[in-house]
Amino acid sequence: MVRQTVSARRVVTSEAAMAIELREVNKWFGSFHALRDINLSVSPGERIVICGPSGSGKSTMIRCINHLEEHQTGEIIVNGRALTEDFRKIDEIRRDVGMVFQHFNLFPHLTVLDNCTLALIWVRRMPRKAAEEVARRYLDRVRIAEKAHSFPGQLSGGQQQRAAIARALCMNPKIMLFDEPTSSLDPEIVKEVLDTMVSLAGEGRTMLCVTHEMGFAREVADRVVFMDRGEIVEANTPHEFFGNPRSGRARQFLAQVLK
Amino acid sequence: MSGHSLHSPLANSSLLPPTAPPWRIRRSPAAWMRKNLFSTPFSGVLTICFTALAAWLLYQLLSFAVFDAVWTGGQEECRANPDGACWPFIVEKFDYLRYGAYPVAERWRVDLTLIIGAVLIVWLLWKRAPQRNVAALLFFIAYPVVAFVLLRGVASLNLPVIDTVLWGGLLITLLMSVVGIVFSLPIGVLLALGRRSELPLVRAVCVIFIEVVRGVPFITVLFMANFMMPLFVPDYLTPDRLLRPLIAIALFSSAYMAEVVRAGLQAIPKGQYEAAKALGLSYFTIMRLIILPQALTIVIPGIVSTFIGLFKDTTLVAIVGIADFLRAVETARVDPNWAGPTISSTGYLFAGLVYWIFCFGMSRYSQAMEREFARGHKS
Repeated sequence: MVRQTVSARRVVTSEAAMAIELREVNKWFGSFHALRDINLSVSPGERIVICGPSGSGKSTMIRCINHLEEHQTGEIIVNGRALTEDFRKIDEIRRDVGMVFQHFNLFPHLTVLDNCTLALIWVRRMPRKAAEEVARRYLDRVRIAEKAHSFPGQLSGGQQQRAAIARALCMNPKIMLFDEPTSSLDPEIVKEVLDTMVSLAGEGRTMLCVTHEMGFAREVADRVVFMDRGEIVEANTPHEFFGNPRSGRARQFLAQVLK
Repeated sequence: MSGHSLHSPLANSSLLPPTAPPWRIRRSPAAWMRKNLFSTPFSGVLTICFTALAAWLLYQLLSFAVFDAVWTGGQEECRANPDGACWPFIVEKFDYLRYGAYPVAERWRVDLTLIIGAVLIVWLLWKRAPQRNVAALLFFIAYPVVAFVLLRGVASLNLPVIDTVLWGGLLITLLMSVVGIVFSLPIGVLLALGRRSELPLVRAVCVIFIEVVRGVPFITVLFMANFMMPLFVPDYLTPDRLLRPLIAIALFSSAYMAEVVRAGLQAIPKGQYEAAKALGLSYFTIMRLIILPQALTIVIPGIVSTFIGLFKDTTLVAIVGIADFLRAVETARVDPNWAGPTISSTGYLFAGLVYWIFCFGMSRYSQAMEREFARGHKS
């Protein structure tokens, strides 16, 4: 059913220009309604920070975008491609979407360099030499080039997260998803990862970032999306959102987060 | 790093002067003994008692196997000596224990097969050996063909066909265990993946296979392979009498292997799958390059335990009339020419020693491998 409506849509709409389209997306975990009628359009190059209390569906929403979670009703269109059950299409979308996780999820049995080249070699079918060149460029970009031959377990948390960012960047994705990238880092290390992300934000890549770092949101976000209980309650520019939150729930949340 | 000096560890060890540990916690043999062996009077008594017991047992074993043993001579000397092992018996039966009833003139073929196999296995298992993928190719593709041609024979190559009825001894034990080991791991991996598959039919088939095989004693499987299969399958399709238990042992241990491997798969955090999927890698690439290398490393002890169990289980094929190594010892032991007081003990001691050497070798190799991986991944 979903597939039919999707293909019908694709012909009609000119919204292929949107990087990400979520329309009436719903998701349940068992009987728990995790996402309620989510509507969100993200234009190319837009930087969006998603915040909200824990359990509000922020992570679930961005994990639906590369199909790590499956949405049950509604449609998700990424770079003009509708997300369906079709494996090939999912893999195509995943190639355009990089993801950075809260717990880094580096592959512990591979060196940092091999972590980065893996997808280039096995998804992009790039020769090892060329892949290593690309990987070194991005490792240099996140300033851990000297750790290329270390194993993830030998790196600090901040270095691991920067390696994970490099790994995602290697595929040169049009869209980057960050799922609470600094939440499991020690406070004094958070900054080095945020600095990396700020510098990425200047490169014109579409970014969706779930984070509690409100300073980061203020600095780089084009829009702040506030979620609560599976709904998008508010989506506004950081200036408006922080200065003049419209909903009571957002006011309450900001009062707690900003102390 | 230059821009991040603020974030580097504050306690730079080079800034702190080293302090020597107090003498009390320094290591010396006397201190170690006081702490571990004689910490209280009771523990001191225990230490002395058990040391004495161990010494006495060791002395008994050595006097049987070495000091009082017959080393030279023959049946006469052995019959006259009721206190020690009779090694001339092993020396004389050594060929029989190795080859069984394999014709004497053709035994070089067994030797050649075993030597080639040993060389390939060492090449394959030795971490620093060059071109190990060539070794793998030779061992898994070429070697089975070579071994079949050499052991069974091909008349047109001037190698007379030796019926498997004549095969026996260590040859059978090694053949059974190598074939079992080589097949049980990949089949076990496939079963484990199948059991965790999202496709209900694949999962059901794997679960049923694993649970049925694990719920049945190995001897039953052997009997079924040997006596029941010919009832259901026409004669010309019935596999060779040696092949049947071979298949049985490979399938039997693969069910156990599947559960060992599944334990490893379950230990891999979900985040590993997610990170790999997010990169766009396909299921098989994820399994081959991300999940299995980690999962199998975790369960090396379990895998090797299963191999060791399999190696010792090969002794059960004697029940369906195949003369494995232990069976050969049994046959040799009842030879009336060698009827002496210690022949049986010598035979079993030797058999135990041979099995122990192989199992201990596998165990040591697995420990070396664990250390190797531990060095590789962790700081």
